[in-house]
Amino acid sequence: MGSFMLRRIIYVIPALIAVSLISFLVIAIPPGDFVTRTAELRAAQGDIMPIAEQDAMRRAYGLDLPIMVQYWNWITGVLTRGDFGYSFSFNLPVKDVIWPRLGLTVVLSVASLLFIWVVAIPIGIYSAVRRYSAGDYLATFLGFLGLAIPNFLLALAVMYVAFAWFGMNVGGLFSPEYLEAPWSWDRVLDLLNHLWLPMIVLGTAGTASVIRVIRANLMDELHKPYVTAARAKGKGEFGLLMKYPVRHALNPFVSGQNDIFVEIVSGGTIVAIVMGLQTTGPLLLDALRTQDMYMAASFILMLSVLVVIGTLLSDLLLAWLDPRIRYQQG
Amino acid sequence: MSTFDETTGQVAPIAAVHQRGRGYDGHWALVWQKFLRHRLGVAGGIVVILAYIVALIPEFLAPVTLEAYNPSYSYAPPQAIQWGRDDGEGWRFLPHVTAYKTEIDYNSGRRLFVPDPETVIPIGFFVQGEPYRLLGLIPTDRHLFGAVEAGQPFFLAGADRLGRDILSRTIYGTRISMTIGLIGVALSLVFGILIGGISGLFGGVVDNLIQRFIEFIQSVPAIPLWIGLAAAIPQSVPPLQVYFLITIILSVLGWTSLARVVRGRFLAMRSEDFVKAARLDGCGPVRIIFRHMLPSFLSHIIATVSLAIPGMILAETALSYLGIGLRTPIVSWGVLLQEAQNVRTIASAPWLLLPGGAVVIAVLALNFLGDGLRDAADPYSD
Repeated sequence: MGSFMLRRIIYVIPALIAVSLISFLVIAIPPGDFVTRTAELRAAQGDIMPIAEQDAMRRAYGLDLPIMVQYWNWITGVLTRGDFGYSFSFNLPVKDVIWPRLGLTVVLSVASLLFIWVVAIPIGIYSAVRRYSAGDYLATFLGFLGLAIPNFLLALAVMYVAFAWFGMNVGGLFSPEYLEAPWSWDRVLDLLNHLWLPMIVLGTAGTASVIRVIRANLMDELHKPYVTAARAKGKGEFGLLMKYPVRHALNPFVSGQNDIFVEIVSGGTIVAIVMGLQTTGPLLLDALRTQDMYMAASFILMLSVLVVIGTLLSDLLLAWLDPRIRYQQG
Repeated sequence: MSTFDETTGQVAPIAAVHQRGRGYDGHWALVWQKFLRHRLGVAGGIVVILAYIVALIPEFLAPVTLEAYNPSYSYAPPQAIQWGRDDGEGWRFLPHVTAYKTEIDYNSGRRLFVPDPETVIPIGFFVQGEPYRLLGLIPTDRHLFGAVEAGQPFFLAGADRLGRDILSRTIYGTRISMTIGLIGVALSLVFGILIGGISGLFGGVVDNLIQRFIEFIQSVPAIPLWIGLAAAIPQSVPPLQVYFLITIILSVLGWTSLARVVRGRFLAMRSEDFVKAARLDGCGPVRIIFRHMLPSFLSHIIATVSLAIPGMILAETALSYLGIGLRTPIVSWGVLLQEAQNVRTIASAPWLLLPGGAVVIAVLALNFLGDGLRDAADPYSD
């Protein structure tokens, strides 16, 4: 186990380097930068920005350096000082903006993951045991629907229903009075009060796929000889189910958690934009539109780091759960 | 080729396997027969074919053209079709919709449309309307259905901000939304077969490197990257080029699952007897791949492709909805959904979500079709 963990953790390092390169280059390589975007905006207001002023601004922000030098300066700042560079549009260091947003993103993502587990595992087991019952068909149908409805459309529909039928305005993660307030119990309760809706919206697609995975795997296990043997020995049906076949069926489920977590973080961006959540999504979109380079790169970097860490944790969990994996690779 | 039966522990002879077909059916006939038994898959396939027919001839199917607008019918609600009318001398058959009366709601200060039963707008099939070229070739001005007298208000699914017919625009949007998935997947397929093929054929270090690379790409959150790449397309790029750039962006991250399927098949098949036999017969690698290996995993590729299209459609819709994907005058379902930007607009005009319904139906149908094809791709197992 120890050597497997070590190997797996070392493998994270090249992944992180590649991720940081990609997140920076995606922003830096395309033509145009924050200065050209500002000049365009000013020009639209009838205020022409002289070339000399543009160049001076570029020099001040360090945008005139070669891309790889800019990348090096940025990434060494991130690693050594926790300094993510400067946000041009906020006129603030990126780190002041990014951490609270990232914290809420983690909270929302983990909440959605827990929601998926709590909902999908029991339904998946039920579907497999009561195969072709009315409940199974209902679960399968809802599962397909959950996969087919895009996250943002579901968010729109939920907001519409809440607004038109219940008169609630459900955007955001906080009530207005707690938006800028320091953390307190009331603020946490307010957050929980707002969190459940985006959590469900974000969790539907994952729930659907987890139900399918558990149903398929459990159905394969249910008729294996070891189940018959345990039943012949007089073990109770429920205890038997939980002790043997469900544990077998959970392995593929755990290894599928990587993809689901990636989906949650990825889809969370769009849900957050539509529902106006105070997570990374809306700011990332704004930063990309205004070419606020360090801000956008830092957001993509940290979202990817979140995913890489999530993948690492789920791999370690799988190795702990299923000895075959650590013997095979460790 | 013989199969091993798990429950009896018997090896079934070839003849027994083939009895599932009619004994003399080829591979594709067996695939087809197995697919027909998957009823949801067949239903999905029919819906998909219908959707591509709509994508082919939207000019004929839509009551009005894409450009038709009338600001005085801004946010007009859907009209109900009535089949007949009582004109004093008794009921007679006359399919029609009714025109609108506007009333001002003094509480909210908004303009409300109410049906005006006095003004009848007769509707019919094959009515005359704006001229167009069917399939870009045949000049005509017939539309499948619409108001008998062109230019009268006919909004079966309501109107948007500029008084444009949502139904017609959704029908037109089918063309872009359904093809962007196809083109994106075709590009992914090229990458996938090339890279997956190299990986499976060479094996060893090359395979290992490519597999790590694929794992890495699959572990990057796709939507933030897509947003990043799409936002990098300058506003000055013409809409048609944006369309192609978006398909490229979608397939940059979309080829990995196809590559995995291709590689898996290559690895499994490399040691099959018929491949060995072909090699012993002196076939070169190109002939082995295209003449012997490709036909036997083509059905798997088709199934994977049909399961990859919905993801592309969903991604395009999301990007366009955020305003960084396709742009007018190119109309896709995502572009149409841009009208539904905030809750208040949707609350007063819920029919703006109709293109979203089209997305859900298309994705559902493609998923069912893909499931059916995947089961049918291997007709020898049960």
